[in-house]
Amino acid sequence: MLTLEGLSKRYSTGDLALDQVSLQVPAGQVMALIGPSGAGKSTLIRCVNRLIEPTAGSVVLDDVDITRLRGAGLRQARRQIGMIFQSHALVERLSVMENVLSGRLAYVGFWRSYFRRYPPSDIQQAYLLLQRVGLESMLDKRGDELSGGQKQRVGIARALMQNPKLLLVDEPTASLDPKTSRQIMRLICELSREQHLAAIINIHDVSLAQQFVDRVVGLRAGKIVFDGHPDALTAEILTLIYGEEDWDASRDEAAEQDSAALSQPDPLATIARGAHP
Amino acid sequence: MFANGRNEMPLKLTDNKPEWQRREPLQQYAIWAGWMLGVMLFLLCWKVISDNTIWEFLDDAGAQGLSLVGRMIPLDWSITGSLLLPLWDTLNIATVGTALGVLIAFPLAFLAARNTTPHPALRGLALGVIVSSRSINALIWAMLLVTIVGPGIFAGMLAIALRSIGFVGKLLYEAIEEIQPTPVEAITATGASSNQVLAYGVLPQIMPAFAGITVYRWDINIRESTVLGLVGAGGIGLQMNAAINNLAWGQVATVFVLIFATVVLSEWVSAKVRHAVI
Amino acid sequence: MSSIEPAASAAQSRVHAAAQGRWQALPLIADPRLRWGLNLAVLVYIALVWGSTDVNWQRVYQGLDRGAAFVASFMSPDFISRGGDILAGLQESLTMTLVATVIGIVLAVPVGLGAARNIAPAPVYFFCRTLIALSRTFQEIIIAILFVTMFGFGPLAGVFTLAFATIGFMAKLLAEDIEDAMNEPMEAIRATGASWLQWINYAVQPQVMPRLIGLSLYRMDINFRESAIIGIVGAGGIGATLNTSINRYDYDTSAAILLLIIGIVLMSEYFSGYVRQWTQ
Repeated sequence: MLTLEGLSKRYSTGDLALDQVSLQVPAGQVMALIGPSGAGKSTLIRCVNRLIEPTAGSVVLDDVDITRLRGAGLRQARRQIGMIFQSHALVERLSVMENVLSGRLAYVGFWRSYFRRYPPSDIQQAYLLLQRVGLESMLDKRGDELSGGQKQRVGIARALMQNPKLLLVDEPTASLDPKTSRQIMRLICELSREQHLAAIINIHDVSLAQQFVDRVVGLRAGKIVFDGHPDALTAEILTLIYGEEDWDASRDEAAEQDSAALSQPDPLATIARGAHP
Repeated sequence: MFANGRNEMPLKLTDNKPEWQRREPLQQYAIWAGWMLGVMLFLLCWKVISDNTIWEFLDDAGAQGLSLVGRMIPLDWSITGSLLLPLWDTLNIATVGTALGVLIAFPLAFLAARNTTPHPALRGLALGVIVSSRSINALIWAMLLVTIVGPGIFAGMLAIALRSIGFVGKLLYEAIEEIQPTPVEAITATGASSNQVLAYGVLPQIMPAFAGITVYRWDINIRESTVLGLVGAGGIGLQMNAAINNLAWGQVATVFVLIFATVVLSEWVSAKVRHAVI
Repeated sequence: MSSIEPAASAAQSRVHAAAQGRWQALPLIADPRLRWGLNLAVLVYIALVWGSTDVNWQRVYQGLDRGAAFVASFMSPDFISRGGDILAGLQESLTMTLVATVIGIVLAVPVGLGAARNIAPAPVYFFCRTLIALSRTFQEIIIAILFVTMFGFGPLAGVFTLAFATIGFMAKLLAEDIEDAMNEPMEAIRATGASWLQWINYAVQPQVMPRLIGLSLYRMDINFRESAIIGIVGAGGIGATLNTSINRYDYDTSAAILLLIIGIVLMSEYFSGYVRQWTQ
């Protein structure tokens, strides 16, 4: 469904952030992108929807080469790609509802969007999505009145408002505490599966990735060095990706943290699992 | 040498005893030299001024001042009625002028801000307009406009507007350049058009600054508008000018009191609004 | 208790409406009476202004030619014909600016200290605050008129005018900074037994200094621009020459003077940006 072919990005300073990256993501697959800082994970994600312009290669989404598009065509392609950011992605002074509805901006004309006159179907969809992420009672709260985890949920709802085919997720849990991180990861992966979306999740917490995703791709210095099942991430592979480290010890620690989190009651888990289809 | 890398408060070893100095010796000398230069420049300028001054006048300055106050003191309240309409004119000059200026400054600021300008040439042009408008006071604009569109409050309104463009434009484009980029990125990623990105991503972030700047400038403009009448651009300055020319200092004092009251009121309104828009 | 419920149920009904596809953004001002009142007041104001403003559109139309001539004169500014006056006037303006700013800042320190509630005794506080209010309320040209009456024509009156205006500007900001300054370092230095002057030097000054440099440069810029005007009432500077050239429709000379003013303001902006970086 999504095909990256020879994707490269060289900055004007000469830095090669991405080096001939080729990969294919079929519909419905949740893929984690791991790697050390500066490996090019953020760059890769942003090259897919051209927030960063690739210097070579192509990005093909369902037979449409996004790298060749301009203007209205590019915007139409972006409509189909929902993006979730690490932090500060909401417009803080706008309400939750306005932030979620902004996912439909590409489907609605300028003046309608300016006066907030969205069609009833959009409003209903927004309500249902907010309900799905557990925030329907906070419609009119301003963005800056929410906690980090709540802001992320709104960001997720906004991305899904676009009815996208592909989700690009950039470090969704980096600024969250361990328990909220799990909730958000679980939410993203469940929603992707429910709506049969492909998802590329840029994440640095390897153990968290391993628990929820179908496939892991390891990036190092702009090149793919691993592509396989999460269970195949042995200590050797992790060394290949990140460098020398006592991987088994850190994995045990992570396992302890997770079991501690699981033993606490998780009231939002029922919501995240989705009582409504 | 401290951890921050700057040799701010170096330690010197004198006879094996550390001696603390606030600055490096070279820096110290440079600062002294700077001060010396400044003082010399100051004295030079003072000389130029005193050469142009008739110092004898200074002797009775104190007496002059007191007699001036004496001539003002029985305030001539009789003219208060005739001052109300000019005061209303002054208020309008300030308000309409500010509104016009802000209307033009708003799009100009978007052209001048690094992150929203469509083209660097347009940015240069916008910055040029802003600098020119900023450098020329409202009174100068008023002098010019009175010869072009004739005396009256219209010239005053235009003068205030032309001055405000620079002030509001500069502060506004600085505010635009300081917004958080991630919300803008996020709105762009949904496929929104550039106008929608401005309306949803940029505009909400600058709204508080915009309101604060506008009201602040309005407050300053009230002050500026009171004197535009001196050059014929309407408002209470006309009455003040007439009273001064007639040496009717009692009336001048009344005008001053009215101006004082108006400015205090406008400052109160301005502070209230700026407080409410945080 | 009852005031909470209506708000909660209002929010609930909005959620309910959204579930059925009905939603509108909340207005900027929540209280409907305030909102309608303000809108009405604005409309009334616009109507009143429209009624009381008499624009002689004929005159404006006639003046457009002159306006075009003024704009065109920027292409051919005349620095020569009145070169002597311009040079003398600029020299006066620049020297006035420097001297007045320095004197103003120096005097603003005691006035600012005296206007800070947390360190000044009551009578001093009231006196300084009144001084500041008088200085800030009246436009510089009004003050210039008074000083010209007292000190006679010439740049001395201009220096005093700008200095007085500078005192009001700087002292107010200084006083606010001092009032806002954190109390702990102030008390800590006090506790070491320092004298009042030492206390100012070590506790108050470091917290307040950085901003003052930027503000001083800003005020110098304002003073220069004002110095170009107060000449109209005889307080020295280039204002007199500018006024004369405008009244005689000698736009080429006016353009020359204005270009010089813009140029100087631009240069001073670069300079102050540089100084600010250097002191940071």
